Amino acid sequence: MPRVSRGFIGRRRPVADASRVPPGQYVTRDFPVLSAGPTPHTPLSDWSFAIDGAVEKSASWSWEEFTALPAEEVTVDIHCVTKWSKLDTTWRGVPLDALLEHIDTAAEYVTVWSDGGYTTNLAIDDIADGKAWVAYQYGGEPLESEHGGPARLLVPHLYFWKSAKWVRGLTLTQDDEPGFWESYGYHNHGDPWLEQRYQGD
Amino acid sequence: MAGAAVPGRLRWQSATVLELVDETPQCRTIALAPADWPGHLAGQHVDVRLTAEDGYQAQRSYSIASAPGDDALRLTVERIDDGEVSPYLADELRPGDELELRGPIGGYFVWEERLGGPLMLVAGGSGIVPFRAMLRHWAGGDRSIPARLLYSARTLEDLIYRQELAELGADVRFTLTREAPGGWDGHHGRIDRALLTEVVWPPAERPLVYVCGPSGFVEAAAQGLVDTGHQPGRIRTERFGPTGT
Amino acid sequence: MEAVDGNAIAGQLHQHFGTDMTTARGACAHCGARAMIAELAVYNQAPGAVARCRACGSVVMVVVEIHGTTGVNYAGFHLERT
Repeated sequence: MPRVSRGFIGRRRPVADASRVPPGQYVTRDFPVLSAGPTPHTPLSDWSFAIDGAVEKSASWSWEEFTALPAEEVTVDIHCVTKWSKLDTTWRGVPLDALLEHIDTAAEYVTVWSDGGYTTNLAIDDIADGKAWVAYQYGGEPLESEHGGPARLLVPHLYFWKSAKWVRGLTLTQDDEPGFWESYGYHNHGDPWLEQRYQGD
Repeated sequence: MAGAAVPGRLRWQSATVLELVDETPQCRTIALAPADWPGHLAGQHVDVRLTAEDGYQAQRSYSIASAPGDDALRLTVERIDDGEVSPYLADELRPGDELELRGPIGGYFVWEERLGGPLMLVAGGSGIVPFRAMLRHWAGGDRSIPARLLYSARTLEDLIYRQELAELGADVRFTLTREAPGGWDGHHGRIDRALLTEVVWPPAERPLVYVCGPSGFVEAAAQGLVDTGHQPGRIRTERFGPTGT
Repeated sequence: MEAVDGNAIAGQLHQHFGTDMTTARGACAHCGARAMIAELAVYNQAPGAVARCRACGSVVMVVVEIHGTTGVNYAGFHLERT
């Protein structure tokens, strides 16, 4: 058992409403930047968002087409597996429901893929019914590249590694195929309320 | 080259805090007496682990500021505003406290006399810490190997160990990138090819060059060295980053 | 996001391999570029540490801490025998 460091608490501060903080998390006021690699810089003229894989017909939107889609503003709490949570974050984006609406598929899973090669896996159930967006604004401003701009996935009910930065598309799959962090030992589902950080949790 | 590390798993051990010395408004040196220190080579680092009462842990790496054979193991910590670990180490820690650490770690970024020279050290900001160990080690030897330091910091107040470095006997050059005091006789401005050409031995002398500091500083300095003709194989780099998550 | 280098994962690698690995040399499995582990580009502001080849950017090594155990995947890095 490691020795306790007298007087050490770290950055953690007590929170007014502890019921909003999943087990093992602490609330932060800043917005840490985490990444598995360099920040991509895809020009908007080259950007597209695609839905393909186990679908009858794939779909794709250019930046102009994408940002012309009906979008909504949401305020959500986000929870990173590295233990920080940030409350009341505001985003603007296109709901996944709108993107999936005309997609004909029997697939139950998606692999989300991003510029730079990052991937993560999700059940369709976890991105449908108002649970996910492709967000391109944060705090009322265009999403900064270090936070995933021009657009990132936003799936706030799961650990934030599932909210893939620099998102470019979804590939629908029959089976649940582990993405980047999942293949190195992180949990396939990632529910912060069940503390599903690692495989087997 | 495994340095002075005992082969086998690193073990966490407890170190008693002996003394705290404020180097600059942002930096404090912690003198420690570890329970079972195997010795180290100049340039190596330790991992420090803090544990809160509820079991919450945070861990960071710190370069060893003391030379092998110094009277205590010394670490110099720069306070990062709203940091997780550094405010505790720089402000809260008291003599008599126990600090958990493991080390020494690293066999790449080390210098000992048998590696030869001329020895050229290029430091940016807190990158000076492992070079204090290297220069103290150098000063304790026969000094037959020429040793030179180029140390870049923002202002005079940001230079860590300024007095001590000047007194070790190596050829020490400073450059300030923000305002310099009146009468400043050191260099001014960021390290660039012109300054490297002026300060570093020519490539034909094959200096052994160590570069340490923030990533951006190291990238620029290392590129400048290569651009001015130095062999990449004679350049060793250690990049400090934002503290871990 | 600027990368640090293999020195940042030296302690974890030592823990895993039982010896210092910073001077160990290897080749990127993707492009063949050779490097010492200390020279790799490391992104450690993340759920784990990701080491990438400086020549092609491919992932060569991933270090994670799972329930107190250090896991190292170096399938992307062909270590040379010393």
